[in-house]
Amino acid sequence: MTSIAETLYHSEESEPHSTHHHKENFITKYIFSQDHKMISKQFLITGIIMGCLGMMMSVLFRLQLAWPDSSFPILETLLGSKWAPGGKLDPSFYMGLVTIHGTIMVFFVLTAGLSGTFSNLLIPLQCGARDMASPFINMLSYWFFFLSSVVLTISFLIESGPATVGWTIYPPLSALPKAMPGAGLGMTLWLVAMVFFIVSALLGGINYITTVLNMRTKGMSMNRLPLTIWAFFFTAVLGLLTFPVLLGGALLLIFDRSFGTSFYLSDIFLNGEGALANSGGSPILFQHLFWFLGHPEVYIIILPALGITSEIIAINARKPIFGYTAMVISITGIAFLSFIVWGHHMFITGMNPLLGLVFMIFTLIIAVPSAVKSFNYLATLWRGNIHFTPPMLFAIGLVSFFISGGLTGLFLGNAAIDIQLHDTYFVVAHFHIVMGCAAIFGMMAGIYHWFPRMYGRMMNNTLGYLHFWLTFIAAYMVFFPMHFIGLAGVPRRYYQFTVLPEFGIWNDVNVLITVAAIIGALAQILFLYNFFSSIFCGKKSEQNPWKSNTLEWTAPVERIHGNWHGEIPQVHRWAYDYSKPGFEEDYVPQTVPVSDNEEQLAFEHVLSVDNAKNEDNYTVSFSSLMLKWLGLKKS
Amino acid sequence: MIAETLKIQEESKFNPKKFVVWLFVIAIIMFFAGLTSAYIVRKAEGNWFNFNLPIQFTYSTITIVMSSFTLWLTKKSLLNENLRNIKVFLFLTISFGLLFCIFQYLGWKNMNLQNLYFSDDANGDKISASFIYVLSGLHVLHVLAGLIFLLVVFIKSLSNKITINNNLSLQTCSIYWHFIGIVWIYLFIFFNIT
Repeated sequence: MTSIAETLYHSEESEPHSTHHHKENFITKYIFSQDHKMISKQFLITGIIMGCLGMMMSVLFRLQLAWPDSSFPILETLLGSKWAPGGKLDPSFYMGLVTIHGTIMVFFVLTAGLSGTFSNLLIPLQCGARDMASPFINMLSYWFFFLSSVVLTISFLIESGPATVGWTIYPPLSALPKAMPGAGLGMTLWLVAMVFFIVSALLGGINYITTVLNMRTKGMSMNRLPLTIWAFFFTAVLGLLTFPVLLGGALLLIFDRSFGTSFYLSDIFLNGEGALANSGGSPILFQHLFWFLGHPEVYIIILPALGITSEIIAINARKPIFGYTAMVISITGIAFLSFIVWGHHMFITGMNPLLGLVFMIFTLIIAVPSAVKSFNYLATLWRGNIHFTPPMLFAIGLVSFFISGGLTGLFLGNAAIDIQLHDTYFVVAHFHIVMGCAAIFGMMAGIYHWFPRMYGRMMNNTLGYLHFWLTFIAAYMVFFPMHFIGLAGVPRRYYQFTVLPEFGIWNDVNVLITVAAIIGALAQILFLYNFFSSIFCGKKSEQNPWKSNTLEWTAPVERIHGNWHGEIPQVHRWAYDYSKPGFEEDYVPQTVPVSDNEEQLAFEHVLSVDNAKNEDNYTVSFSSLMLKWLGLKKS
Repeated sequence: MIAETLKIQEESKFNPKKFVVWLFVIAIIMFFAGLTSAYIVRKAEGNWFNFNLPIQFTYSTITIVMSSFTLWLTKKSLLNENLRNIKVFLFLTISFGLLFCIFQYLGWKNMNLQNLYFSDDANGDKISASFIYVLSGLHVLHVLAGLIFLLVVFIKSLSNKITINNNLSLQTCSIYWHFIGIVWIYLFIFFNIT
């Protein structure tokens, strides 16, 4: 019954798409487009622009850190005498740069730019759907994101400057508009931008979840989904469950700022006199609400990158992904654990040590699923027929960063060690490597890999290799030395810490880091050139340039709304039949039916719940799948 | 027979649009769960002024239950294909919803009379009142959104567009409206026991 209804439903839905010819003008095709492929390009290009902004900001404040006493007249020319008087960054502008760099990179590039781009592109294409469940909501999601980006960027153009309270916007600084220039209008704009962003993330996430669960093509059971889709699915679940909490926390902050409530503000005494009318508020409360989002947020960032990597490593090693089920279960485990570890950002807030212990244990348990993923990547590479294409290099780069950054996570997750390392450069190094670099590398891998799918052309390989090696080396040169600065106890976000006698020795290291950062930034110009020139004059790509199994490469390259001419292809196997014995090619697309005498590999056998007998019944529910995989349910 | 078909349709497969509404419901649950957790955390820190909820909140609770009841009757009349009753009960649902908002407003006025203001800077312990204003206020915003939704369905029903075969808007609206009623009941119980 279920399957019949589903089939009916599908045929009903798909009819208008496949037969009806869309009349499109410039606005509906390129601007207010409801086609998921166009929306993904919009997300990507907005993300790239925001990424460039964020990167330029980092170069600016790196200049200040390396040569705190020199003056760069060019800065005054570029930024004006208000932000760089005498060619030296203004301290409050420095804080503004740090704040907005963090905000842009975490939310606008690595959340919207990464998950927004690839969820939009791949969920319908790899699941075999005509479009998202609600193309209109999808379009809204992009435009809320766009609005949010504009509001945040505009905060640089106002007189008092952008928010300067750090991307974590801890009260009381962020709750007192009069505390400093950057806590005034700039902070208000930050909050407005974030509210729009949350709306965008929720609308997008709701669409992604609905599409994955309800709109898969015939034969695409949950256990045949490519790992990318599993990752995007859990990313969306995390976003759906945590962004509303941040919204609540931000609203309370807005009430404190604008309506005089005392949720986060307590009495502050200056020279024995109460400086504020407020009393009784709890700034720690904000930290709880913020990090309840903030911690899952880092998995919202890294999971899509990990999903993309799984796919690219399997394709370019020409081997089935090692431990598909383990991969899915570890994603589930990470997603679940991410909700109960937010306290590790707050070890030094005077938290009950017992509570700290609980948070610490759960935090360290995250190392288990993360290690499972790393081992599976390495095992997939092991004795594979590795093709070192640019996306593959970036994917391997991700694995490298994920391991080296993850190892420092073990230090920071430990409450006792964290007391020393909290808010130092060690933390900066840790999260930049494990979530900044790793996720950016995942994003780059995805861009190089799916560029032919998006634009029908290939990116230049030579430039790709150059881009990879320069970025990879520069990234390690930037963030590796920061561990040592952090171990010495240098706090983050300081404008000129080398002026302090005990930290003066780090000046040379700061210069090294800045030089590496500039090299890394210049390397991105190669990427930008490669990306934008390839859109127009790259080499035309074949239908399936990477010889991949998944459905997106069966769809025609030219842009049609509805993805496939005629029927949606049916799926007969999982996505990882690479180098399968008995086949001429080293890949077997998911659309190839299973022949009677085809050998079923051991791991494949475990996977196929249904096989030919139940080919129609592809709606394997998520919960029953998990129970089966965890051994709690016998099939 | 037709009623049976509808039932089968309802059971067999959830429509993606309906699923979207359920996801919104989950997001709203997390929103209020976050805020009520904030309430618990803040209360545990002490310096907390306890007071009795205004009686109007009890009345509003009864109203919102009534509105859910009439919405349920709407669905009943849909199954019986009684198009006139659909309009009547939808109208009643909207009226109860509006009445709910009025009671909430009167409740806030009552709190104001007891010197419990939304922002009372000097008395940090009266943050309990701020929390109740914020939670009930944000809830009323959701109710207003639900009322707009109900109004759209009501206008549709006036031209007999809500039929046994075409009632997705009524179904999704019902999910939302019942849910938003449950949120208030949760908040009401939460305020009373904590």
